[in-house]
Amino acid sequence: MSVPVLEISALTKHYGGVHALDGVSFSIARGELLALIGPNGAGKSTCFNIINGQLRPDSGWVRLAGRDITGLAPRRIARLGVGRTFQIATVFASMTALENVQMALIAARGQVFGLWSPARRMGREDALALLEQTGMAALAERPAATLAYGDVKRLELAMALAGDPALLLMDEPTAGMSSGERQAMIALVRQLTRARGLAVLFTEHAMDVVFGHADRVVVLARGRLIANGSVEAVQGDPAVRQAYLGGAPSSLSEAP
Amino acid sequence: MRPTQRLRAALFSAATLAAALISPALSPATAAEPIRIGELNSYKAQAAFLDPYRKGMELALKEINAAGGVIGRPLELVSRDDGGNPGDAVRVATELLTRDKVDLLTGTFLSHVGLAVADLAKRRKVFFLAAEPLTDKLTWADGNRYTFRLRPSTYMQVAMLMPEAVKANRKRWAIVYPNYEYGQSAAETFKRLLKAAQPDVEFVAEQATPLGKIDAGPVAQAIADAKPDAVFNVLFAADLARFVREANTRRALEGTFVVSLLSGEPEYLDPLKEEAPIGWVVTGYPWYAITIPAHQKFLDAYRAAYDDYPRLGSIVGYATIKSLAAGIAKAGSTDTEKLVDAFEGLEVDGPFGPFVYRASDHQATMGAFVGTLAVKHGRGIMLDPVYVDGASVLPSDADVLKLRPAAN
Amino acid sequence: MSFESLLFQAVNGFASASGLFLVAAGLSIIFGVTRIVNMAHGSFYMLGLYLAVTLAPLLGATFGGALGFWGGILGAALVTAALGALVEVVLLRRIYAAPELYQLLATFALLLIVNDATLYLWGPEDILGPQAPGLSGAVEFLGRRLPEYDIFLALIGPLVLLGLHLLLKRTRFGRLIRAATQDREMVAALGINEALLFTAVFALGTGIAGFGGALQMAREPANLALDLSVLGDAFVVVVVGGMGSIRGAYVAALLVAEVKALCTALGLVEVGGFTFNMSRLTLVAEFLVMAVVLVVRPHGLFGRPQPAQARRGEAEAPLVPLGRTGRLIVLAALVFFAGIPLLGAVASYAPVLALDMVIAALFAASLHLLMGPGGLASFGHAAYFGLGAYGTAYAATVLGLPTPLAFAVGMATAAAGAVLFGWFCVRLEGVYFAMLTLAFAQIVWSIAHQWEEVTGGSNGLFGVWPDPPFDSANGLYLAALGVTVLGLVLIRRLVFAPFGLALRAARDSRLRAEASGIAVEKVRWLAFAIAGTLCGAAGGLFAFAKGSISPEAISVGRSIDGLVMVLLGGVHSLMGPLLGAGGLTLLQDMVMRESPYWRGLLGLIILLIVLLFPSGLAAGLPRKRGAP
Repeated sequence: MSVPVLEISALTKHYGGVHALDGVSFSIARGELLALIGPNGAGKSTCFNIINGQLRPDSGWVRLAGRDITGLAPRRIARLGVGRTFQIATVFASMTALENVQMALIAARGQVFGLWSPARRMGREDALALLEQTGMAALAERPAATLAYGDVKRLELAMALAGDPALLLMDEPTAGMSSGERQAMIALVRQLTRARGLAVLFTEHAMDVVFGHADRVVVLARGRLIANGSVEAVQGDPAVRQAYLGGAPSSLSEAP
Repeated sequence: MRPTQRLRAALFSAATLAAALISPALSPATAAEPIRIGELNSYKAQAAFLDPYRKGMELALKEINAAGGVIGRPLELVSRDDGGNPGDAVRVATELLTRDKVDLLTGTFLSHVGLAVADLAKRRKVFFLAAEPLTDKLTWADGNRYTFRLRPSTYMQVAMLMPEAVKANRKRWAIVYPNYEYGQSAAETFKRLLKAAQPDVEFVAEQATPLGKIDAGPVAQAIADAKPDAVFNVLFAADLARFVREANTRRALEGTFVVSLLSGEPEYLDPLKEEAPIGWVVTGYPWYAITIPAHQKFLDAYRAAYDDYPRLGSIVGYATIKSLAAGIAKAGSTDTEKLVDAFEGLEVDGPFGPFVYRASDHQATMGAFVGTLAVKHGRGIMLDPVYVDGASVLPSDADVLKLRPAAN
Repeated sequence: MSFESLLFQAVNGFASASGLFLVAAGLSIIFGVTRIVNMAHGSFYMLGLYLAVTLAPLLGATFGGALGFWGGILGAALVTAALGALVEVVLLRRIYAAPELYQLLATFALLLIVNDATLYLWGPEDILGPQAPGLSGAVEFLGRRLPEYDIFLALIGPLVLLGLHLLLKRTRFGRLIRAATQDREMVAALGINEALLFTAVFALGTGIAGFGGALQMAREPANLALDLSVLGDAFVVVVVGGMGSIRGAYVAALLVAEVKALCTALGLVEVGGFTFNMSRLTLVAEFLVMAVVLVVRPHGLFGRPQPAQARRGEAEAPLVPLGRTGRLIVLAALVFFAGIPLLGAVASYAPVLALDMVIAALFAASLHLLMGPGGLASFGHAAYFGLGAYGTAYAATVLGLPTPLAFAVGMATAAAGAVLFGWFCVRLEGVYFAMLTLAFAQIVWSIAHQWEEVTGGSNGLFGVWPDPPFDSANGLYLAALGVTVLGLVLIRRLVFAPFGLALRAARDSRLRAEASGIAVEKVRWLAFAIAGTLCGAAGGLFAFAKGSISPEAISVGRSIDGLVMVLLGGVHSLMGPLLGAGGLTLLQDMVMRESPYWRGLLGLIILLIVLLFPSGLAAGLPRKRGAP
């Protein structure tokens, strides 16, 4: 059996006396779309930020394709093949969409300290291809600051893909989008996962997105992992219902 | 940004650039008739001192030109602000020389500006009479052939106070001075001269305060805590006022003998009004108590012209122009080398009587007054002022040779 | 040095701390709400003192000394508050939409104008006000006499602190101020009249400054140097305390005042046979404190890390190369500048002025590399100018090196300084970055000012004239033009190279840049080093151009000049700093000739430019694509 793309083990993080994360372990395989869900304050963001390198765990470890990356700086983790998108999409506002992706490519290829040759031609074709894949080709020359929010999210996705990552971390990839946009976005991610053999870990509040598209679902509650399994298994798990919804079973599948 | 606005920006930039660079080319070369004196000074940065200075210059100019000028030519003053820093001053001086085609340079107040212009004068071989800068370096360590100085230097001012300091025969001295070259060198000179005259003297405290930003309370207290029986003060202007007020309230200097540089100059004494520190022995300019006839004449003319009493700056400005006139008359020309030769040993009739520009170090021997501060009619005055001739406190020509390595 | 005298000096420190706190508190409130770096804040303090020394005798003549004194102080505070409100309504309100820091330009102009207006109204001589009736004596304490007014001042600081605390916590106005400090958008969203809030805040801040100035009536004469000298202190206190923390400002004021009092109290100290005069440290004590605090606590004592947020205002348009017309204009300008020596025959002053412009252009362009693409406004860029100049001057005079080699030594000195200081600075962002750069610049300045043996102390070094063929006005000018053009070409390549893209990326979103694998601090560190080195080149040219160098080359004034040039020209364009540098040098040269009130005139012109071109002069240049 092949090494999982991402494996986290017994991650623990305290804030004061509160367990933000308490011994959480799971892994993701190539081509898998894994949803990380849980009520507010369950520890999703903490978990994300530890994997991403923005936070350091109190104990436990993170392995990327078998390599220990616990506590590395975000930019190192990025360079090792972890792409990331944020809950509030962030791109480089003073650049065009194309330049944004070019920048991401340049960074991924370790060409940041090029001091002389113009960046304009660097990675242009690849950047255009990425924009094409994310459906942004028509907007390539538009300044990022003038893009609609849905387009910014797709641009950010293109940038996250620039490093040809093995793992994509997406913090609420569809937050702030209309329902039509949401479906299109997640379908795009789904398709990219298949095509590129990516592993995708995403958090999401929109349950239709989670249950409609995830291969597997991990559920956190108060810092602990309470379920890890297929959509059906999680949906039917009474512990999840209990912890997640405080005993209002019907709304789990109906949540917006 | 709309096109009109863009156009405006472009036009604005272009016009400014063109105007500034071309305008010198268009200004007509003035007739060689008047003698053009290029003067630069920190009018903006040191307005309190230099406003009276300008008036003094203009008065002298008027007198000289009314009497037919010098060597048959009128004097014309081309005056510029030096920006208060050496960088701008060198540019302005160059401008005076190249664009305004002045015959010589004079002015400057701040020591570092004076030194920078002196260095320019040396390099371009231009005559420069430094009016105000006090630093000893101007005539000694960095002295050069083309630079002369009118006002008594830091060393001279300190030396003038020395007889009184020695006479007081105090053992424990404290020193307070602004923390830059003027203050540092005044403090050094004072310590050296006093130690030589009175070997058992002890310096118990030294306070170097940031110029213009003295924390007067702690400073006065620190001096009092050192329990000195005498204090040498080099503070001036706003720092002096702050210090005096704190020292008064704290009685920090009660029973302490104080000698103080420049504090008797109206520029620094007058703002203190009735709080002028009584009993301090100071150098200064007691215009109200000077019996020298030349000064009386100057005083009357100044008051008639400006309806105001003169400050020390007025004296410096007046004597600067008088010196230049005398030098040019003696040289019989405005040729730089001739002017330098003429200034070496030049005798000038100044408002404090005759004085000389020494050939050895190019320092004028114009002196200053030493007196004791008192308060009369709600304002500070110098009591029993005595004129100390600069020649009497300057080192001998032989000693000066050693002090002027750069000029030899 | 007895324990009692140290204790007594510590008590003295409380009075000084109150003075510092009052200037800083107003600045902090204004910055917190409006994000304006108010360069004119010290001017309101100065005006407060001038008004007080004028009002006190006037009122005193009618109502008696005591009422006159306190009435004068109150009146001065009210008038400065009203003036603050007026300035906000008439001037600042028009430029809130301008890019960040542009308000700095306007308030700097205001500083110049207020100073000259004060000179015009009150004359050049210092004016010493009356002492406080009933508080002019002293009380016995630890065997020493503590002025009653010092006790009063020591109490008024904490009282104002308490008052502000209550205002902020208990009133609606205070809640609005706090809300606006934390999140401006929220205030707008809540439907609050933002304009009115800003006016009120500005009036409050300037009123406190005026009050602080007026209170000094019993301690120091009103004088024209106060505005700038107080401004530096105020910034230090605000930043050391942590932006937006009033309590922090008081603690910081106390810290700074106590450190100074301690230095003063210690006086001459003997360490290992060397006598050191601790009082000399008071020259730079506040900046040493600030450097240490910022290195240890990047957000000041009580400041909290600002949540990562999008940059304010409209995002900058993508940087694009100049279009055909633009290129032609640049080419024409280059030909014009290269041809200036030919003009020398008819206008011999032209190369002299043009030399200053060229040096200023390199200085401003190097600062712009940090400020524009880097998004890091350095308030202490003069440090590297000075290091370059001093390095060059020392090598040329003391070491006697030939001109090109001395110049290289200067650049190396600046580079070393930038690498060292940059390492600390790039860890910080925003105003904290600006202030740490300022602190380092002041430390460099004080070293140049004090290290007599090497730097020549406050007088500086002389006789720094270049060898042939650079010894003529034209020779040096052409060499300087060459160096500057090389520097500008380098900057331009850098900005359009991957490195420049990464620099801009880190400015736009540090989070995204890190997540994309960009080593943000390294990129910024290199940018800092390059900017410092190029600035050092400008400094080296300056030393040769002037033949001398003094600590003024490192002063806050020069750093501010750099900021003004960049902002005047336009921070969003590579041409901006060049236009700004040339424009400011020309303007200054012209107004210095025209009027004794040239600083005020310069201020008025800057103000006019700010109002006409709120994004800088360069916004007028034609580009390949029109700006949105």
